[in-house]
Amino acid sequence: MIPPTVRRIWGLMYRHLALYRRSWPRLLELAYWPTLQMCIWGFTASFFSSRLGSVGATAFGMLLGGVLLWEIALRSQMGVAISFLEEVWSRNLAHVFVSPLRPWELVAALIGMSVVRMLAGVVPAVLLAWALYAFNLFTLGPMLILFAINLMAMGWWVALAVVSLVLRHGAGAEALAWSVLFALTPFSAVYYPVSVLPAALRPVALALPSAHVFEGLRTLLNQHTIAWGHMAWAFGLNAVWLAGAVVLFMVQFRSARERGALLTMGE
Amino acid sequence: MDAITARGLSKRYDATLAVDAVDFAVAAGRTVGLLGGNGAGKTTTIAMLLGLLIPTSGSIRVLGHDMARDRFAALARMNFSSPYVALPQRLSVAENLRVYCHLYNVRHSGQRIAELAAQLDLGEFLDRPAGQLSAGQKTRVALAKALINRPEVLLLDEPTASLDPDSGDLVRSWLERYRAESGCSILLASHNMGEVERLCDHVLMMKRGRIVDRGSPAELLDRYGRDDLEEVFLDIARDRGRERVG
Repeated sequence: MIPPTVRRIWGLMYRHLALYRRSWPRLLELAYWPTLQMCIWGFTASFFSSRLGSVGATAFGMLLGGVLLWEIALRSQMGVAISFLEEVWSRNLAHVFVSPLRPWELVAALIGMSVVRMLAGVVPAVLLAWALYAFNLFTLGPMLILFAINLMAMGWWVALAVVSLVLRHGAGAEALAWSVLFALTPFSAVYYPVSVLPAALRPVALALPSAHVFEGLRTLLNQHTIAWGHMAWAFGLNAVWLAGAVVLFMVQFRSARERGALLTMGE
Repeated sequence: MDAITARGLSKRYDATLAVDAVDFAVAAGRTVGLLGGNGAGKTTTIAMLLGLLIPTSGSIRVLGHDMARDRFAALARMNFSSPYVALPQRLSVAENLRVYCHLYNVRHSGQRIAELAAQLDLGEFLDRPAGQLSAGQKTRVALAKALINRPEVLLLDEPTASLDPDSGDLVRSWLERYRAESGCSILLASHNMGEVERLCDHVLMMKRGRIVDRGSPAELLDRYGRDDLEEVFLDIARDRGRERVG
């Protein structure tokens, strides 16, 4: 027999999956931006690679690897935030929260949907990078899994913070679902090392798990060694930020119940 | 035994006291009507009973569970319907009901959906997106969702609003039958006085966040010397009640 907790989490995921099953434009939209990004950066990197020789080839790998890995964080963040916003837009929150679904089960379902959405968005881009530019992301080996876990976790805590703001300020905060992680891109050192940033901004970058992931990616591609220090920082920072985002979510969820926002949100 | 007990229940939003120290109980197997004009505090009271809204003060017990500490145990055994809370519009009716079968851990979901479809006459539009249904069809689907877990406590906010007389009668008959068969306790907020007279054993009259009168429909009619509850409602709403009773 399936435990009730698992059924409730699956129930909420099924609600979103059924939506995608009914709408091919929604499915297409998932892969649209990652593929477009990969095409633009891929052709740009190919151009520089052909002009700069072996230096260009290394830069090509770092650029394409960065683009594809950053999409993991972006899609994970949007997967959580937009799945929650779907409930707000359909004015279904009250039905969901008068069911026995616990808040943590809601979060688990949103994270489950973010994994599905991320895979649907990023895998086609990874395959296209392999077909168009002979760039195989899987040559990163097992480190790819550690990079991906950290970037997904970062997407989740950023999304939980966005969901908390939506609970606090209503659908007016929904624009953050698309924009907030883009605002962190300059500090994430996706396309350049942290050392390029002005000294005052480096601590900001180093407080983000993504900067450590991309420093680790560059070390792996340049020196063929694993930067365990950066990995440890990435995991540690994710744990701290995730714990903070969970506390923020619980505080705002309770505040929404005090203000009656769960009844009126989306109207 | 009481299915619902509310004691000293209040809700304040800044300077507005939406619900002011109300006390009431819904006995097991009974239907209680919650009547009052717009802004009287009915929806706020229902939202607190459902755990959607945290009371400023007071306590709520549903089926023996303290809603402040143990609301999930109660929520699994109760349900709610309101035409003002939507179901996802792009999902079909069957998909919507399946979602709630999972959320309420209803076994044999296909069988349960088929039962409700037969009882509430949903069969012809089970595969249609919820957003393409008429208002009456949506109300029946919302009721099917509210009954999906065979609730022991049912909170209904204007369950027959926007239904034509025939559909409204069908829903009322079905609620009567469901209560008789299941022993379910129902709290019904409605503006349809005929519906309240027909379905409710007891009525709570709310005004400006307070319960200003209570009793069976017959007791209220007798107390106010009126022929129907609508006139009693107007007496209370227009502060004529005290003069008439007094």
